[in-house]
Amino acid sequence: MALISKGDFVRDPWRRLADEEAFPENGKLIVSYERLDNALKARGANGDIGVFIDNTLEIDKLTPALPKLGLIAIAFPSFADGRGFSLARLVRREGYRGELRASGRLLADQYAHALGCGFDTIEIPDDLAQRQDETQWRAAIRVHQRTYQRGYISSGSILDARRKATQ
Amino acid sequence: MSINHSNTVSRINSPKTTYQYDEFDKDFIRERVAEFREQVRRRLEGSLTEEEFRPFRLMNGLYLQLHAYMLRVAIPYGTLTSQQMRRLAEIADRWDKGYGHFTTRQNLQYNWPKLIDTPDILEALAEVDMHAIQTSGNCIRNVTADHFAGVAADEIEDPRPTAEFLRQWASAHPEFSFLPRKFKIAITGATHDRAATLAHDIGLRLVKNTSGDVGYCVIIGGGLGRSPFIGKIIREYVPRTELLAYLEAIMRVYNRYGRRDNKYKARIKILVHEKGIETIRAAVEKEFATMDHTAFQQDPQEFERVAASFVSPPYEALPSESSKLTKARLETPAFDHFVSVNVSEHKIAGYAIVTVSLKPINGIPGDATSHQMRILADACDRFGFGELRVSHEQNIILPHVKKDDLFALWQTLTAADLATANAGLVSDIISCPGLDYCSLATARSIPIAQAISQRFSDMARQRRIGKLGIKISGCINACGHHHIGAIGVLGLEKKGQESYQITLGGDPGFSASIGEILGPGVSADQVPEVIEHLVDFYLAERHETEAFIDTWRRLGHARFKDVLRREGEDGADI
Amino acid sequence: MTKFKHPQILLASNLKDGEVVFLGPTGWERDFRRARIAKNQEEAQILETIGKADYSANIIVDVYLTDVEIAGDGTPRPLHYREKMRIKGPSVRLDLGKQARGALNEH
Repeated sequence: MALISKGDFVRDPWRRLADEEAFPENGKLIVSYERLDNALKARGANGDIGVFIDNTLEIDKLTPALPKLGLIAIAFPSFADGRGFSLARLVRREGYRGELRASGRLLADQYAHALGCGFDTIEIPDDLAQRQDETQWRAAIRVHQRTYQRGYISSGSILDARRKATQ
Repeated sequence: MSINHSNTVSRINSPKTTYQYDEFDKDFIRERVAEFREQVRRRLEGSLTEEEFRPFRLMNGLYLQLHAYMLRVAIPYGTLTSQQMRRLAEIADRWDKGYGHFTTRQNLQYNWPKLIDTPDILEALAEVDMHAIQTSGNCIRNVTADHFAGVAADEIEDPRPTAEFLRQWASAHPEFSFLPRKFKIAITGATHDRAATLAHDIGLRLVKNTSGDVGYCVIIGGGLGRSPFIGKIIREYVPRTELLAYLEAIMRVYNRYGRRDNKYKARIKILVHEKGIETIRAAVEKEFATMDHTAFQQDPQEFERVAASFVSPPYEALPSESSKLTKARLETPAFDHFVSVNVSEHKIAGYAIVTVSLKPINGIPGDATSHQMRILADACDRFGFGELRVSHEQNIILPHVKKDDLFALWQTLTAADLATANAGLVSDIISCPGLDYCSLATARSIPIAQAISQRFSDMARQRRIGKLGIKISGCINACGHHHIGAIGVLGLEKKGQESYQITLGGDPGFSASIGEILGPGVSADQVPEVIEHLVDFYLAERHETEAFIDTWRRLGHARFKDVLRREGEDGADI
Repeated sequence: MTKFKHPQILLASNLKDGEVVFLGPTGWERDFRRARIAKNQEEAQILETIGKADYSANIIVDVYLTDVEIAGDGTPRPLHYREKMRIKGPSVRLDLGKQARGALNEH
């Protein structure tokens, strides 16, 4: 897997723990939603626990754990499945401020969408990272300079810029 | 590789009657063109596979069809300036084969562009504030509106400012660009539904509440295609200031819960059907109540800014009757027919709305040559304040013509084979491109439309029949809206042959209904004959000026089925 | 794979310009009469393998086999009306598409 942050391919400080794997003493760990309760009990809320969730999870199932989490990774089973974008919005709306990661076959062409909905990092499989290298992801960050929507994260809101220009 | 500006500048100083792109809008579409140019480059070098490229190709209006690529250009809310129409003609000549096809969703399709030329075509469009953004793909599509918007006599408010407001909101939406399926919005501000609001994913109707404030009645879950549904009202009244927030709530519910396991069950109409409107309403209202509305607080100002650009042209004060028109009608019967069929009431005295039919007898419904496009551009500069409309019936409208000028306009149109006086009549057939162009089609539809129009080529007979909507689709996806045709024709494949299923009783308006199947499919050459029998039966049975749909409703479907059975027994091979 | 019933040809669309192309003896051809004909399942599989490779190489898209019959001159004729349309062009515009460029209207 390759991890993209701010357009760069970066080293991942987190490790995804397989469900059958024993629980290690330390290190930043991403666990499945099913193991989340146990993981938080074992480690406490020191921000070293992250969770990997399906894009169909109801947000209220996650809300109580949000303040204790250091990372939330939302699965993108295919790049065409946009449910993760809405779930990201809900996670942010609930006040979560930690790292939000999109994990799956997301394309560089969707980088702006992901950032707009509140994701910080993108995790993609290696074969995809080879075809869509760092240059393409770096370029993708600048592709949507201004957007029309309200309340999304973007480098510039057309609506705000317009108001400024007319004032 | 842009087209030289000098030959496209409007010949007269047309007043601006529609939305004017500001620098932000212009930057936005230029940015989209640059993005697509890069995507095409990455596709050709292999950074993007075809599967990965497809959604982005589609979001820029580019399909791969039966013979070539096809580019679908948006004509948002059906409004077009003369300058834009000229540019469409230039593109047809330079990159395509000298013509374009106006569709049932206020778009224009070029049937022969090359992938490698498409970025240049999009750039040429961007120069005149046009684009192909979101004319396809699983995103919010080109927002359509009543083609008589702003000039109709039966209007509460011009729906186009709302449509433009929505166009901007929906463009490159970070959250709603990868929906379960396509999403179509239509809006009307009139008391007659010319925008088929009950047959869209979301239909919006401008309404007034008890204190007289204009807001929106929101309808969801309508749609044609494989499983046709008439839309249901989700909320009777949404104040203008809350429209976008309410639509975002609907979109979020759909994006999260719409089915993704089966493409044919992925539209919001299926979600509404399976969960029930009450459940969906509750989910939308809950989301609407929970979401942060502060982001939308500046909406009213923005709406006012958009609305301010849809100004009325500088109409002259004229008497409501034109003696020039009356005289010409008396002297020239063909013109008189044109006026009675293709000219509609305008809200301003002394003016009229002219429908230019793109359905000549034996023609291809919705097709216009680049020459015809230029004639229309010139005609609207000369007679119509430089503004044109495109209707979902695949015709062109000159929305503001002085009654005094109607005769001169008619002469101009006649010379370019654009004066067919059949608007709304039996030969004004809506038809998708069908298997002559479309890779999804299961049968041809254009030849059926041509054969029907030839069968009814006697214009006096057409006028006697009166308003009658025939709609033809070449496959179950129903781009030709056959479900809502008073007479619908659906082309299918049956045992390796093209076969046509006929439906009766469809209605696109406020009293919308889905047509009922008449009987087993018939072959292509039988279709005109079957329709003729049905029309003859209607003529014999109708009460005075009763419309086909009303006669059908009064007599019932079975009586019409009997017609065919009887004709079959009489020896006709049906 | 469905059972082999008729001879088959492989057709696709050219990626760069979208025109319908047919796999010929040495490469992709724009005239169906130059299409290579698979006369049995094995030959059809060879065509498909080449098609998949050229799809992966970003040369063609929408590649598939279609049933044909063999005309008197030994060239293929598609059996289905959809592909009959694709080898010529729109039936309502005989001035456009492949049919406008050559004598393809002999049947």
